[in-house]
Amino acid sequence: MPINKQPVDVVIIGLGWTGSLIGMEMTDAGLDVVALERGADRTKEDFLYPKPADELKYGVRLGMMQSPRTDGVTIRRNGGETALPQRQWTTFHPGNGVGGCGAHWTGVLYRATPTELSMKSFADATFSPGFLPENMVMQDYGVTYDELEPHFDLFERIAGLSGQAGNLNGEIIDGGNPFEGPRSNPFPLPPLPRTLTDTLFTEATQSLGWHPYPYPSANVSQAYTNPYGMQLGPCNFCGFCSNYGCLNYSKASPQTCVLDALKRRDNFSYRTQCDVRRINKAGDGQTVTGVTYIDGDGNEVFQPAKMVFLCSFTLSNVRLLLLSGIGQPYDPISNTGVVGRNFTYQITGSVDMYFERHQFNPFISAGGSGQVIDDFAPDAFDTEQHGFIGGSYIYTTQGPGGAIGGTRVPPGSPSWGSEWKRNAQREYGHHMMIGTTGSNMAYRDCYLDLDPNYRDPHGDPLLRMTYDWKENDMRMTMFMADRIREIVDELGPDYHTESFHKVGDQFDPSHYQSTHLTGGAVMGTDPQTSVVNRYLQHWDAHNLFVMGASNFPQNMMHNPTGTVAALTFWSVRKIRESYLANPGPLMSRS
Amino acid sequence: MSRSWSQVSVGMLAMGLVSVALPAVAQEHGSSDDAQIERGAYLARAGDCVACHTAPGGTPFAGGLAIDSPFGAIYSTNITPDKDHGIGNYSRDQFAAAVRQGVRADGANLYPAMPYPAYAKVSDEDIDALYAYFMHGVEPVSEQPTKTDLSFPFNQRWGIALWDWFFTDDPTTATAPGGEDPVARGRYLVEGLGHCGSCHTPRGLAYQSKALDDSDSDFLSGANLNGWLAPALRGGDGVAGMGISDWSEEEIVEYLATGRNAHAAVGGEMTSVIEHSTSHLSDDDLQAIAAYLKTLPSVESDTQHAFDATADSDTEQQLTGATDLSEGAELYLNSCNACHFANGKGAPRVFPSLVGNSLINADDPSGLIHTILAGAELPSTPKAPERLMMPGFAWRMSDEEVANLATFLRQGWGNQAPGVSADQVAAVRSELDPEETHSSQPDPVYAEPNASEQE
Repeated sequence: MPINKQPVDVVIIGLGWTGSLIGMEMTDAGLDVVALERGADRTKEDFLYPKPADELKYGVRLGMMQSPRTDGVTIRRNGGETALPQRQWTTFHPGNGVGGCGAHWTGVLYRATPTELSMKSFADATFSPGFLPENMVMQDYGVTYDELEPHFDLFERIAGLSGQAGNLNGEIIDGGNPFEGPRSNPFPLPPLPRTLTDTLFTEATQSLGWHPYPYPSANVSQAYTNPYGMQLGPCNFCGFCSNYGCLNYSKASPQTCVLDALKRRDNFSYRTQCDVRRINKAGDGQTVTGVTYIDGDGNEVFQPAKMVFLCSFTLSNVRLLLLSGIGQPYDPISNTGVVGRNFTYQITGSVDMYFERHQFNPFISAGGSGQVIDDFAPDAFDTEQHGFIGGSYIYTTQGPGGAIGGTRVPPGSPSWGSEWKRNAQREYGHHMMIGTTGSNMAYRDCYLDLDPNYRDPHGDPLLRMTYDWKENDMRMTMFMADRIREIVDELGPDYHTESFHKVGDQFDPSHYQSTHLTGGAVMGTDPQTSVVNRYLQHWDAHNLFVMGASNFPQNMMHNPTGTVAALTFWSVRKIRESYLANPGPLMSRS
Repeated sequence: MSRSWSQVSVGMLAMGLVSVALPAVAQEHGSSDDAQIERGAYLARAGDCVACHTAPGGTPFAGGLAIDSPFGAIYSTNITPDKDHGIGNYSRDQFAAAVRQGVRADGANLYPAMPYPAYAKVSDEDIDALYAYFMHGVEPVSEQPTKTDLSFPFNQRWGIALWDWFFTDDPTTATAPGGEDPVARGRYLVEGLGHCGSCHTPRGLAYQSKALDDSDSDFLSGANLNGWLAPALRGGDGVAGMGISDWSEEEIVEYLATGRNAHAAVGGEMTSVIEHSTSHLSDDDLQAIAAYLKTLPSVESDTQHAFDATADSDTEQQLTGATDLSEGAELYLNSCNACHFANGKGAPRVFPSLVGNSLINADDPSGLIHTILAGAELPSTPKAPERLMMPGFAWRMSDEEVANLATFLRQGWGNQAPGVSADQVAAVRSELDPEETHSSQPDPVYAEPNASEQE
């Protein structure tokens, strides 16, 4: 018999960015809120210098991530293959514990552009009929940029975003990103200081006629106090960002931006080591009654709640919906169902350049440090003549220069021994990268479902990912590789190496690519093609709300966190305005 | 756990004692109006009664906290309205006599660990409100805290009457000044309920505060509190860099509301005072306190060394040049510079400035040593909820290293305090409470690999 807890107004599954923000909003509304976190508690004490500065523990052994044993995923490239489980994380890094991915993220904080939120409308208006591949499944978000703008703005003030506006209320500002959507306010803080790599990139792209701007960084440039009274300290460029908790209060995270304020509230509590196994459906077929979880002592516990917020990672959100039997699972053969549909990823590539004449001091680095161009965004040029829809941003970052991951040797070097050491010493500090991060369209045969073969220790099936790279997206990234080669020519390194995908390549999960996994529980205005409505309310259970990048109908070139947070505020403000007084569907199914 | 005389509150943090809400009993008794009870609750905050009258982990106001005095442990009493163990049988006038004169209902004298020499200034009207709160706003707790049992001659409470005759003023019973005269209001709060002088005014041979009001320049001129500097609060012109004399009124208000400002971050005993008392005061009252403190000319104090504001770029040049570094400077670069920076100025409200910092320039370096060894944690307050932490370095620095680092801090950027010895560090280290440290020591077992890697 499960332990029955006292009913609460709101239960939150997962205490990362979205869970924390929901906590603030729903306690503001006067409701009793309980958050359940599968992983361990993480407080500032866990991030005290020098604890996080441990590349082996966090950068290599991935100490802040979920356990593949309990929360693994199986991967295959198409329906003809048998999916195999990831036994250690390679291609993406799903976070665990309080703070979630928000504790170990890099800190690059973007907004979606107006076009990225309405790709279907954009494609219909822009591309020749029949140009887009038949198996591409394109959808609008169902919410517009103008509707999200105040929420982007709020989250950027919560995170102390550092950078340079490029479009302030329609006015294009020199030095910012002219391709971004209009902002109602400047960035809360100025950009991080420039490194030499930033300067070289800026000069080269300007001479090519493009529009470089500083990476929008949630590693902050100055001491900052946010609207919750939470504080951030100036980033010192220690370089422990992606995969690490910040040791300097400089990276926006639930810990630095929300949680101490939330924990002061009497109507909020949270429980760690609580692994939610099911969202419980009500007999009425229209609502959920709460959640069932296994606590740290192995007890099965039922937590009744009037409202449930599913706030875990993309893959965990989809899996829990499938395990709970809420919403119709997607079937790619019959093209019916919605849960697991439109799973997308991100298309990346890079070059590494060696300059004997430049000394870059790579020990000075920050995840959000860098310069970028958006000149090749999906709506910034005519992509049809190049044979694709989509786009990428191209950037440089003096990214983490750890002793293990940051060491570079020339091609052909042995991978160990005295010659490797000589090469590593000679070239240390002389390398610069340029990368591309690109959109990924959704396709009918890229999706998530439950694996028929592999189960977790509780006997529940693992999530299965069926995913491959498609010709449209490969053509897009090949185009970006050519643009990067132009920058390389401009910069004139002694040599450079490339890592780009090309048409014909298949998805290779053996290397890190990105943790920007999106879709599977997408938002929209049509219940036949979306799991949640435009307010992130589940079509089949009006008191269940699903937050996160699982809402994205297809992935954009920009990093997801800003859009995830803005959608969270968009949803919860609607809930506070309309749902609390009058619980029920916020959109009709027809 | 025990605490020192007028230094009783660090443990409150660990107890997580945050809110002292009005319970429902107010309506049941019905003899005082709610506004007066609420006013009394606010004044009890201003007097920080809860700090002493609560045992670690205990119910607020139920007493039992051990307060170390030079004469032995004095235990605080139960001041809930319980009729057997608390003050439920106290009349309003008996309550007033206890608060303002240190006289119990049975006529015996209270030990002056109770700051009645300061509370003597509390007005009748405020006593009425406090009485209403303690009778009707606090739940009775039927618990008898440990009774104070000092050895002879200090168990002879009649002797205190003599002490009182020498060292206390006659109670004044004026109505409390209101907000129309901020300086008078500030004086009333600082000298009276705030009992700031209990820590910040030096004590004399008989353990009496050398001054109870601003007629004497010893008042709030800074004191050493078991190794920690309770800095001078005389905020006016006079001696530059002494205590808070360089702070603006706004910065004083910000510090009292949040425990942090552009100059400093709270440490030591004051942490609890911020968390439980001053951060709950109204903006007007904090403004009044600041306005009043700025009227007191700063004076020389042997508790803190002067600071030379003209010398501050030399240390920065030495650190940025990073050649011929002393061991202390090298330790600074390796362990401190990331937050406090080469200019020592840190970042406003997040990383406190070390330049002219009163704790660093204190004559007694124990507080500084304690901070380096144990780290520090800011309190969570309504306006600044974040518990920012400084890591403790006890696990990775030897006594010699901490001494070198502390000496560097005390002589860098124009700071001019004497050097620190390894013996002084050892003495502080031997007293460290592991519960109060914020260690940054990585887990002893090297790493917890993903479960997959264990398989």
